[in-house]
Amino acid sequence: MSTVSDTTHEGAVAVSTPPAPSAGDGLSAAELAAKYGLSVSGARPSLPEYVRQLWGRRHFIVAYSVARLSAQYTKARLGQIWNVMTPLLNAAVYYLIFGVLLQTNHGIDNFIAYLVTGVFVFNFTQSTVLAGTRAISDNLGLIRALHFPRAALPISVTLIQLQQLLYSMIVLVAIVLMTGEVPQFSWFLLIPTLVLQSVFNIGVALYVARLGSKVTDLAQLMPFLLRTWMYVSGVFYAIDKVVKHLPSAVGVLLDLNPAAVYIDLIRFALIDSFTSAQLPHHVWIAAVAWAVVAGIGGFVFFWKAEEQYGRG
Amino acid sequence: MAEQSGTGAVSESGERVPTVIVDDLHIVYRVHGAGSGKGSATAALSRIVRRRTSPNVREVHAVRGVSFVAYRGEAVGLIGSNGSGKSTMLRAIAGLLPPERGRVYTDGQPSLLGVNAALMNDLTGERNVILGGLAMGMGNSEVREKYQDIVDFSGINEKGDFISLPMRTYSSGMAARLRFSIAAAKQHDVLMIDEALATGDRAFQRRSEERIRELRAEAGTVFLVSHNNKSIRDTCDRVLWLEKGELWMDGPTEQVLEAYERHTGK
Repeated sequence: MSTVSDTTHEGAVAVSTPPAPSAGDGLSAAELAAKYGLSVSGARPSLPEYVRQLWGRRHFIVAYSVARLSAQYTKARLGQIWNVMTPLLNAAVYYLIFGVLLQTNHGIDNFIAYLVTGVFVFNFTQSTVLAGTRAISDNLGLIRALHFPRAALPISVTLIQLQQLLYSMIVLVAIVLMTGEVPQFSWFLLIPTLVLQSVFNIGVALYVARLGSKVTDLAQLMPFLLRTWMYVSGVFYAIDKVVKHLPSAVGVLLDLNPAAVYIDLIRFALIDSFTSAQLPHHVWIAAVAWAVVAGIGGFVFFWKAEEQYGRG
Repeated sequence: MAEQSGTGAVSESGERVPTVIVDDLHIVYRVHGAGSGKGSATAALSRIVRRRTSPNVREVHAVRGVSFVAYRGEAVGLIGSNGSGKSTMLRAIAGLLPPERGRVYTDGQPSLLGVNAALMNDLTGERNVILGGLAMGMGNSEVREKYQDIVDFSGINEKGDFISLPMRTYSSGMAARLRFSIAAAKQHDVLMIDEALATGDRAFQRRSEERIRELRAEAGTVFLVSHNNKSIRDTCDRVLWLEKGELWMDGPTEQVLEAYERHTGK
């Protein structure tokens, strides 16, 4: 049988059954590759190597997420102002419904600040998870055209939402000040809390990105799951007031819910009347544990399918 | 076939060094939503729970058992009718599409010439140059270093300050020129070009052909997908003819192209 390499010089050969590739000295493809030091294309790198590659792409990740966010409002006349206007209008709607129409406060002091904090902080996790589900399937074009560690996509999704949250924080701080809170030392707790929540969100985004790349129906289901999660996270009410009527195991679960943990920590930081007595027990341990477990677990889970993402 | 002998396919020791080995490669695409309707959420949930695949998924066997070896210094053309699996195979060689069966071995990281997917029409040309450079794996300083060259090469600013306008305001020719200029700014070991030769006006085409020749000289091995037999003749010394995902013919450019032209009735 004439080998492929020979045909280049001796004349074309119509190939009906593909010949085994060889350099003319009877080596199999794998042996030939080994002889000349060729590696398998598209193979998954080791975990440390993967982390190294990802770190090498940090400028791309940041540039990509900043670009995605600023591309969002370029066609609107007010442009980037919408980054602040959107959360502001959101807060206005909640104020209108709960503050003016219903005049309810569920027995919570400064209910508007309490509510808006919950909505904004939960929205960070919610939008990240929702966008993370589509991070792979919406970017198949990019994945099939360029080389980069695919974890860059769910991470940049989180960074986009983090920037949104920082704009929301400006609105939130303004509302908190208007409702009579005074800036104090505890406000600095915002920083570690947001860092922990971001790590947690990155982990969850990585996790659902892999699931969503295989099970595309997940993008349709996710809004329902997320809404359920919102209702159990104490966004509109105080969990400690509800759990009195519930079995204690349920109360523990509600307290350990990562979304509730991060929301309560932000409330504790910003709202003076929200005292440490209202925080669940061991809340900082829970906050750190969720970030570490989700962050590392999500990263490893995502990395394990790294070579599969182009398939769609 | 004078150019063929001058491509330096032989290393110093006299043996030919393989840079890409494709061994019985199969690629299967799974297409969702090929059936009718999208299905309700409950149907989707029960599918997930039972781990069954959706009836709406169709499998497309795009590449069926292709094997070949490409050597350093070769320029390989890929021809075949639309949908014959040429672009799919390039993506598999680049490691961007996982093979269903078979293996692809490469020397270094082959890359496709093109950054279209990373660019955003709503952003200025300026930011797209930087974003595209970063997406191709350049460092921050490297992008800034090459920025002016890329803009100058594209000729976007010849008629005024267009680089600071969003890319959606560009004419299709201008956008194509900028995309090519960004993509061609990087050097590659194994370079793969997917019908990127004919963009922009005549003057830019000449410039881009010139640039492709430079990239070719720097790269170890070049793959070119094109429906333009002339650009294949000008560039390649070996041609693979794919049809229905199978390798029909593999040989020197003239012979394969003759058979191909006979087949297509040209």
